[in-house]
Amino acid sequence: MRNSLPPNPQIDANGALTHLLSIDGLPREIVLNILDTASSFLEVSDRDVKKVPLLRGKSVFNLFFENSTRTRTTFEIAAKRLSADVINLDVARSSTSKGETLLDTIDNLVSMHADMFVVRHVSSGAPYLIADHLNRLGRSDIHVINAGDGRHAHPTQGLLDMFTIRHYKKDFSGLRIAIVGDILHSRVARSDIRALSALGATEIRLIGPKTLLPAEMDIAGTRVFNSLREGIRDCDVVIMLRLQSERMNGALLPSAREYFNCYGLTPEVLALASPDAIVMHPGPMNRGVEIDSEVADGPQAVILNQVTFGIAIRMAVMSLLAGN
Amino acid sequence: MPIDPFPDAEAQCTELAGLIRSRLKPGTLLVGIHSGGAWIARRLAELLPLPGEIGLIDVSFYRDDYGEKGLHPHVKPTSIPFDIENRPLILVDDVLYTGRTTRAAINELFDYGRPASVSLAVLADRGGRELPVYAEFCVWRVELDPREELILEPGADEKLRWRLEKHA
Repeated sequence: MRNSLPPNPQIDANGALTHLLSIDGLPREIVLNILDTASSFLEVSDRDVKKVPLLRGKSVFNLFFENSTRTRTTFEIAAKRLSADVINLDVARSSTSKGETLLDTIDNLVSMHADMFVVRHVSSGAPYLIADHLNRLGRSDIHVINAGDGRHAHPTQGLLDMFTIRHYKKDFSGLRIAIVGDILHSRVARSDIRALSALGATEIRLIGPKTLLPAEMDIAGTRVFNSLREGIRDCDVVIMLRLQSERMNGALLPSAREYFNCYGLTPEVLALASPDAIVMHPGPMNRGVEIDSEVADGPQAVILNQVTFGIAIRMAVMSLLAGN
Repeated sequence: MPIDPFPDAEAQCTELAGLIRSRLKPGTLLVGIHSGGAWIARRLAELLPLPGEIGLIDVSFYRDDYGEKGLHPHVKPTSIPFDIENRPLILVDDVLYTGRTTRAAINELFDYGRPASVSLAVLADRGGRELPVYAEFCVWRVELDPREELILEPGADEKLRWRLEKHA
C-alpha cells in the first residue's frame, strides 16, 4: 500500500512544495526559495498596515496537541499578516480527550473547509500521518505544516535559524557552527543539522554531555565535542539549545548548576569563539542554566531577532504552500 | 505586425521624463514597480528635479492571480523609504497591459498611507486593458497579439532594451 505513495509526501508530482513536514528531503532550491521569499515578507511587518491580502478567505487551523505559546503565536501572527482566518484549537484539552482519533478530528475540520493545518504533536510523525491522509483523500488543496513533532523535526525553526545565519553571515560556505546542549531530545537541532548540510556549512559541531548526544548514525557529517570550551573555539555561529527541566529528573544530568558550569555560555567561554560570532537560541531561554544573562542580553545575541525572522519565515512557507 | 526596429528604450526614458517634467507637482515621489519600472524610475529620478530617493514595489503579495498561479518566484522586497501621506505619487512601470499590476500596486501603496494623488507613467501601452486604468504619461502606444509579451531588459552594457517573446 505504501508503495503507491510518492517517496516524499511534502513534494507534489510537479516538484512543488505542498506540505512542510521536515527539512529532510527538501531540495536546496526550495529551501533557498523559502529564505528569499521570507526576506520580502520581513518588510511587511514594519509597515503601518502589517498585512498583505495573499491568504484572504483561507482558513488556517492551528492544531497544537502539545503546548507552545510562542510557536503557536508566531504562526497565528504570520497567518493574520497574510489576511487568513486563524482558528486555534485547544486540541490538547478537547476532542482527543473524549476519545476521537487524530484523523477523525482532521476529517471534521476538512468538513469545516480548512485550507491549512499547522500541527504540533508529541508523537514524531503525526503531521506525516495527516499529510498522508489528505493526499489519500485527494485533497491536494489542503496543506500541512509541521510545527514540531516529538523529537523528530521542527522545520520552520530550522528555516528561521538558517535565515538568521544568512542574514548576519551572508554565506554558509566557510562557516563553523556550534550546536550546544541537549542534542538528543532536540527537534530543533535535528532540523538545523539537516538544513545546514543542505546549504553547505563548512563545519557543524555538536557539543554536549554524552548522555545528551544522539547515536552516531544520526549525526553523520558533524564533529562531536564533550567540552564546550574545546568545541566553541573559532566558531562563527553558536546555537544554544534549551535544557528541558524534565531531563534533569530522568537522571541524565546531575543538576542545573553543574550543567551551567560545564555547558553554560558565559562571556568568558564565548570569547573563545570567533570575535564576530552570533549567539542564537530557539527559546524559551533558561538564564543561568544554558546561557548567562550577560550573553543573552549582550551584543552578540540575535535571539530576539530570530523571533521576528520566524514570522517572516512562517509567512513565506504559508504563502508558498497555499499557492501550490 | 512586427516591430522593427524596436524603439530605443533609453531615449524613451528621457522622453518620458520630458512629459512628466512639464506637469510635475511639487513634492512628487516616484515609485517603480519591480523590475522594469524600478529601472525606469531610477533613470527618471536622475533626469527630474526630485529628491533622490525612490520607492520600489513588488506586487507579488497583491496579485489577483495568486489563487491560480501561486506566489511568483523571486519576489523582491517592497521598499517605500518615505512617508507617502498627502504626497503626489507617480507609479512607474515598463508596460501597461491589462491594468492588473497597476491595480495591485495601488492596493499595496494604500497600505502605506493616503497619497494626495497617484498617476501612472509607462514606456509602453500595449492596449488590452481589463480594468479602468489609464497612463497619464506614456511615450509608446503599440498593438500586440495576446500571445506576444513585450519585455524590457538591461543588456551587458546596462542599457535598457526591448525584446518580444512569443508564447504558444
